[in-house]
Amino acid sequence: MSALRLKKGTSSKSAYNLRDPHAEGLESHTLAVIVDNEAGVLARVIGLFSGRGYNIDSLTVAEIDHLGHQSRITIVTTGTPAVIEQIKAQLGRIVPVHEVHDLTVEGRAVERELALLKVAGTGEKRVEALRLADIFRANVVDSTLESFTFEITGTPEKIDAFAELMRPLGLSEIARTGVAALPRSDMSTDG
Amino acid sequence: MTRQMTGAKMVVQALKDQGVDVVFGYPGGAVLPIYDEIFLQNDIRHVLVRHEQGAVHAAEGYARSTGKPGVVLVTSGPGATNAVTGLTDALLDSIPVVVLTGQVPTFMIGTDGFQEADTVGITRPCTKHNWLVKDTDALGDIIHQAFHVATTGRPGPVLIDIPKDVQFATGTYTPRTKARTARYKPRLKGDTAAITALVERMESAERPIFYTGGGVINSGPQASQLLRELVGATGFPITSTLMGLGAYPASGREWIGMLGMHGLYEANMAMHDCDLMIAIGARFDDRITGRVDAFSPGSFKAHVDIDPSSINKVIHVDIPITGDVAHVLEDLLRIWKARGRKVNKEALAHWWEQIEKWRAVDCLAYRASDSTIKPQHAIQRLEALSKGLDRYITTEVGQHQMWAAQFMGFEEPNRLMTSGGLGTMGYGLPASVGVQMAHPEATVINVAGEASFQMNMQEMATAVQFRLPIKQFILNNERLGMVRQWQDLLHGGRYSQSWSESLPDFVKLAEAFGCKGRAVSDPAELDEAIREMLDHDGPFILDVLVERHENCYPMIPSGAPHNEMLMGDDSTEGAIGSSGATLV
Ligand SMILES: Cc1ncc(C[n+]2csc(CCOP(=O)(O)OP(=O)(O)O)c2C)c(N)n1
Ligand SMILES: [Mg+2]
Repeated sequence: MSALRLKKGTSSKSAYNLRDPHAEGLESHTLAVIVDNEAGVLARVIGLFSGRGYNIDSLTVAEIDHLGHQSRITIVTTGTPAVIEQIKAQLGRIVPVHEVHDLTVEGRAVERELALLKVAGTGEKRVEALRLADIFRANVVDSTLESFTFEITGTPEKIDAFAELMRPLGLSEIARTGVAALPRSDMSTDG
Repeated sequence: MTRQMTGAKMVVQALKDQGVDVVFGYPGGAVLPIYDEIFLQNDIRHVLVRHEQGAVHAAEGYARSTGKPGVVLVTSGPGATNAVTGLTDALLDSIPVVVLTGQVPTFMIGTDGFQEADTVGITRPCTKHNWLVKDTDALGDIIHQAFHVATTGRPGPVLIDIPKDVQFATGTYTPRTKARTARYKPRLKGDTAAITALVERMESAERPIFYTGGGVINSGPQASQLLRELVGATGFPITSTLMGLGAYPASGREWIGMLGMHGLYEANMAMHDCDLMIAIGARFDDRITGRVDAFSPGSFKAHVDIDPSSINKVIHVDIPITGDVAHVLEDLLRIWKARGRKVNKEALAHWWEQIEKWRAVDCLAYRASDSTIKPQHAIQRLEALSKGLDRYITTEVGQHQMWAAQFMGFEEPNRLMTSGGLGTMGYGLPASVGVQMAHPEATVINVAGEASFQMNMQEMATAVQFRLPIKQFILNNERLGMVRQWQDLLHGGRYSQSWSESLPDFVKLAEAFGCKGRAVSDPAELDEAIREMLDHDGPFILDVLVERHENCYPMIPSGAPHNEMLMGDDSTEGAIGSSGATLV
């Protein structure tokens, strides 16, 4: 099955939605959760979201400190301000969870996602795809005479925009990593 | 002492190091090595239940009545799945329970082996935390961590799944003092600025109320002591949830009774009309609030809770205070005293006048009868005749449970064991087994319904085997009374499946279990029957045949605001609107 069953205009939101993501007063928050890297910890976090009916728009997880056995889970979620507060409090209750940071309220965060896009086409379309990739600073990581696979890094919105442009040019498959995020340092410049 | 030992021995060693004196359990293939170690020692008593659900409820009864964690040992697969209801019950009522389950050997996990179940997967949402132990060297550390997690912060059930090869293998035991428990450390002290802000409000409040819950009891005897001092010194009225009964004595001057769906009129009205609500270790459950948008609309609210997720979950509060009840109350008292022990005396006197008017409604009144035993009357007589005893009450779930809460007075914490959050029929009998194990000399009474009693009645055999003189006080209305009551209110009196048909003869049942039973239906014989039950030196089933179609009032119909209660003589027709009908 193609991974491209998304309707035109659908954004990257909603990896897992139980509440109406279009309801009034909803906010999107990016949470960074530092956990003990032990068996089942991801299941606990996901089980919390499904069990209590919270949304997951994006979730990434990887070990960040091998010796300290710690992993970082980055979750993008939507909810009313009260629900967002509940989500943070509920995450904080999980025994192997050490820290919960709301990057959206703790100040601006750098958010990046990586995506791989396969675009099949020939002639003009192929040239146009390459030209746009250049503008978006997407790299070609695999190519055949009929297709390119691009690698692009950026904000989820940038990836949405790139995918949207590739669609008429033969976008056939897309894989996205979900968001990784860090708070900005006080004096940092946008980069 | 050598620290090298088998995993099975480690389990018993760790339990001893934790001061465990009794384990409730049931053996099976995947826990045989641990049972062998149990056989080889005499420090820990093992109570053989008749169903694993009973083991967990017994452990809950033990825990709730002692403040110490209850311990359960069961086998893999069906043993573990049978424990799930008890775990969920303990989670919702914040009861510290440590459940040890056997598991198929590590090399068979994932093969659908005999009696294999994904126990940590199944119990992840119904435990505070759980562990699958894959290495014998880790076992000691994990058991000590488990006790720490179960009893620290907001208490709750934990589970340790131990594969059989881990039990047989030899490893290094981590003693209690070396266990890595420091990582889980909930905050105990409340924020001083927030506590001071609350004190300021207390000084001027015109219509204050304390709304307390099970968190006070879980915080320990110190918390109840401080609460009594605070209530006595301020003269503020106090109400409590079902789970908090006894933290403040029912005979206390400021006590205005239990609140909530079947709470007292004066308690719910005072909650609705107060101008300062001080919630302590209570979580604004839907049984308390009624319709949320109409809940105590004019009050300023403070909330003390050790679990930050309980704060602002259901009801928005103005002063959130995260911390342990005893710690916060100590600071609160100190600050209030230091600022001159001020209260708004004049306004308080008016407030009490209003409360007395509500009290005069006499919301618990019911029509007495000389021909049939009224369930309320039966509880009143039980209360009167057992009051002076060293008494512990457990209950099942249903009308009888609410009547027990309404008509019995609890003077001390840890004296009422009941399934509040989950509402588990079948809780009370095994819980009474656990309570009696912890308090061999006390009078332990399970106030039961005939339907709930049948859910775990096999545990009578446990009581007989271990010579536990538990008293089963069955209010037998031959109905699933609470269900029937809701069908009255909501379904036009169509009593679908709410009749207890083909009931056993409870007297013969008692005899079949090897204990004593008696039935009573004549109000004139009730006292004598209760006395016989209380005086009997052994387990006893008293089958009290009561009025069959009595409803339990007052009642906040679901979906209604908490100040719109149904009283005994009200018509019940149309009391629940269409939006309320979808609520539980
Ligand atoms: C395990 C379980 N199943 C079903 C229910 C739903 N339920 C609540 S009260 C009740 C009837 C209880 O009957 P009984 O024990 O005789 O008590 P009564 O209400 O008659 O006093 C039922 C079926 C429940 N609470 N628990
Ligand atoms: Mg009944």
